[in-house]
Amino acid sequence: MMIRVLSTLFALLGAIPSFAQNGPLRIEITEGVIEPLPFAVPDLMAETSEGFKIGQDLARVIAADLTGTGLFRELPSSAFISQVSNFDAPIQYADWKAINAQALVTGAVSVQGSKLILKFRLYDVFSGAELGDGLQIVGSTDGWRRIAHKVSDAVYSRITGESAYFDSRVVYVSETGPKSERRKRLAIMDYDGANVKYLTGSEAIVLAPRLDSNGERVLYTSYESGFPSIYLLDVESVERRSLESQKGSMSFAPRFAPDGQTVVYSLSQGGNTDIYSMNIASGQAKRLTSAPSIETAPSYSPNGNQIVFESDRSGSQQLYVMSAGGGEARRISFGDGRYGTPVWSPRGDLIAFTKQSKGRFHIGVMRNDGSEERLLTASFLDEGPTWSPNGRVIMFARETQGASGRTSLYSVDITGRNLRPVRTPEGGSDPSWGPLQQ
Amino acid sequence: MHLKISFLMVCAVISLTACTSSNRFDGSSTNQAAENFIPGSASDPESVPYFQQKVGDRVLFEVNQSTLTPEGRIILDGQAIWLMTNTDYTVIIEGHADEQGTREYNLALGARRADEARSYLVSRGVSAGRMQVLSYGKERPIEVCSEESCYARNRRSVTVITSGLTG
Repeated sequence: MMIRVLSTLFALLGAIPSFAQNGPLRIEITEGVIEPLPFAVPDLMAETSEGFKIGQDLARVIAADLTGTGLFRELPSSAFISQVSNFDAPIQYADWKAINAQALVTGAVSVQGSKLILKFRLYDVFSGAELGDGLQIVGSTDGWRRIAHKVSDAVYSRITGESAYFDSRVVYVSETGPKSERRKRLAIMDYDGANVKYLTGSEAIVLAPRLDSNGERVLYTSYESGFPSIYLLDVESVERRSLESQKGSMSFAPRFAPDGQTVVYSLSQGGNTDIYSMNIASGQAKRLTSAPSIETAPSYSPNGNQIVFESDRSGSQQLYVMSAGGGEARRISFGDGRYGTPVWSPRGDLIAFTKQSKGRFHIGVMRNDGSEERLLTASFLDEGPTWSPNGRVIMFARETQGASGRTSLYSVDITGRNLRPVRTPEGGSDPSWGPLQQ
Repeated sequence: MHLKISFLMVCAVISLTACTSSNRFDGSSTNQAAENFIPGSASDPESVPYFQQKVGDRVLFEVNQSTLTPEGRIILDGQAIWLMTNTDYTVIIEGHADEQGTREYNLALGARRADEARSYLVSRGVSAGRMQVLSYGKERPIEVCSEESCYARNRRSVTVITSGLTG
């Protein structure tokens, strides 16, 4: 059912221009937005009686998506002067200007059986014009939140000129139980924490799931056999298979290459941990590092040519870049403290990492040559960054201190602003943010 | 902490002498041992509880280190003697780290620690084929406070007996 929705959505949204068409209503994200842009989203008009409640719910999700970026500020409906009662009626711009709504999103929704049809328009109030064309999105009522995210994606893209990230999913580790006996299972959710679905049980410890670039398969580490080793799981069917099970070795920290055909991971043998790559179909593995030090947490550049990883070959954990085929590595981190869990941004320009310094943990970013390091967060324990599909937001896990310490997910803008918790039903760690869905 | 290590060291030395003396079960052993002997309990030198409690099943490591401390070597000396006396047992050596590190690094660090203990036991004569190593990284702390007193006990390798006497 979802597949049908996806293709329908794709066909309709394929027409969306990726850049805003005209000047005035525009947020330049790179300049850093101090003052969020005020917008209004009246409840979507119901064109069938079943559309009434869902029209309200859709408007709430769209508003939450936009305000959640920190780039937009919603004006409450109590401030509205004019009501929008007909999707095709002219907009009373003066009424929206008067309350300083710079952007206005209007929509109408009809429900026909299990089918949901949404139409929306985006207005640049101060220019007195529509921004981009009106769009219609058809999906299933079950997938109504995705339809709202599609609207938000279009609004965000038109105003910022950037691709968006609302209709995306995140795989993570859901955690319960005390620190000494934590129970962990894989879960997948919408980017905003809704629609959680569990992918494994919690009989065995599972760690660090990573989505592929289609959001269809997950690599992760499991103790299912008694020893940590890497597995491949299909999100839809939840079928899984072991990828590496050499006796006397442990494998972990797997991640897909951009082509989806290769996995890069760490293998521990005789106490030494090195990085390997493996062709998923053939199982053929290739050793990429051979040093007596710890080499782990590999992540490909988006073009697949390079791998960033962590190593303690210098005596402490630092970040290095090498060719995807292995060979000599170049150290890129030189600040105080220890650096781990590097992840290349989808844009290719930045590397996010975890840094430990003076007893604190940070999530930070640096350029892929190691320059311009910036720390975005600080706490007792922040760890494991993952990039939003547009490379603007980083999600990570934060653990609180002490015996009752609990792990939960957070997101932060790469400017370091807009730190927000991502609500999950249980504790959460090791997020991996998937692609924008089609 | 230090007190506990000293205690375990003494136990290891005692077990060494106990194991090398002959005829432990012929009735000629000391009265005290005879009175307290319960098969399978920590008073039974061939039992797993004895290994865990009297020999000492774990060694501790310094921050980010996998080098054995002198105290750690003494514990492992005791383990080696016990394992060579009780040859039907196999073991898994678990490596652990404290919570002050990233997940992947701690898995690799735990593997180093477990292997360090394994290599030492091999050097003391325990057959490599009887031992497997396993790292839990920071996934299974035994102490849950976020202070050095807990971290010190979590940075450990634990020798877990995995199969009993097969006859």
